[in-house]
Amino acid sequence: MNWTWFHRLGSPPSFYRFAGTLAPWLGGLGLAALAYAWYAGLVLAPADYQQKDAFRIIYVHVPAAAVSLSLYMLMAVAGGIALIWRMKLAECVLIATAPVGASFTALALLTGMLWGKPMWGAYWVWDARLTSELVLLFLYVGVMGLKAAFDEPRAAARACALLALVGVVNVPIVHFSVEWWNSLHQGSTVLKFGKPNISAQMAVPLYAALLATYLLAGQAILRRAQNELLSRERNTRWVRETLTELGGDPHVS
Amino acid sequence: MSAEFWNMGGYALYVWGSFGAALAVHLWNVLSARAQRRRLLDSLADSEGEQPVDE
Repeated sequence: MNWTWFHRLGSPPSFYRFAGTLAPWLGGLGLAALAYAWYAGLVLAPADYQQKDAFRIIYVHVPAAAVSLSLYMLMAVAGGIALIWRMKLAECVLIATAPVGASFTALALLTGMLWGKPMWGAYWVWDARLTSELVLLFLYVGVMGLKAAFDEPRAAARACALLALVGVVNVPIVHFSVEWWNSLHQGSTVLKFGKPNISAQMAVPLYAALLATYLLAGQAILRRAQNELLSRERNTRWVRETLTELGGDPHVS
Repeated sequence: MSAEFWNMGGYALYVWGSFGAALAVHLWNVLSARAQRRRLLDSLADSEGEQPVDE
């Protein structure tokens, strides 16, 4: 198999261009999927027989929680590559992923609270699932803080990569917490092996919302990684050329 | 849209609060990346004239 395309993608100017082409597609498709998912979830899907209309929070809570874990894995893998091979692009992806992941972790926590209040009677309980998700938020914020604490980008990225890798132990804890401990949080409805415990009318909007959230998170990471690359490589010829191509108005993307 | 729809069976605060928060997060992700780019391009424009070095 020919891997030249892969090596080429790893070079900053190629990735910069590739991200610039891909990001609008992810954004556009993500927005379309989100519009469908929210319409179908809020209007078309019937109310749940137990939770009534409050179950509709699933269409924002589950995608946010799924993306919060997936992005952490992406960040940790990028961190591993950055530490072992000192690959600049991996460092940029690591730095770019942290704020996006933090935003979806915060959303998962907030929507979980808004769902917990009417269903459990409490916004918050110190339960394994909720607590480990809160730790996930702290890990993301920790990576962002480490990044901000260093002036030298390579040193920052190494520190962030180490924290990201150490924190990866929390990911299975979040995922399996509902099975390992008695939790107020329910087990998986959809994201598990076997048949989902949900009717198609309710499940299809959820799949669409998951797809939409992954696409939009991808768009945000590509844009931030582009920024990180421009900043890191500011003194190189390709960045100068890119800036010249952008012309007189530097605000046009 | 009917009042019944907006009322969400009495769970309006929780349902609309959740969807509103999600909308805010999606918007923040787009706008903050854009603002970061704008700041960066401004700072790069300021440092124009320094010799480019190739690695």
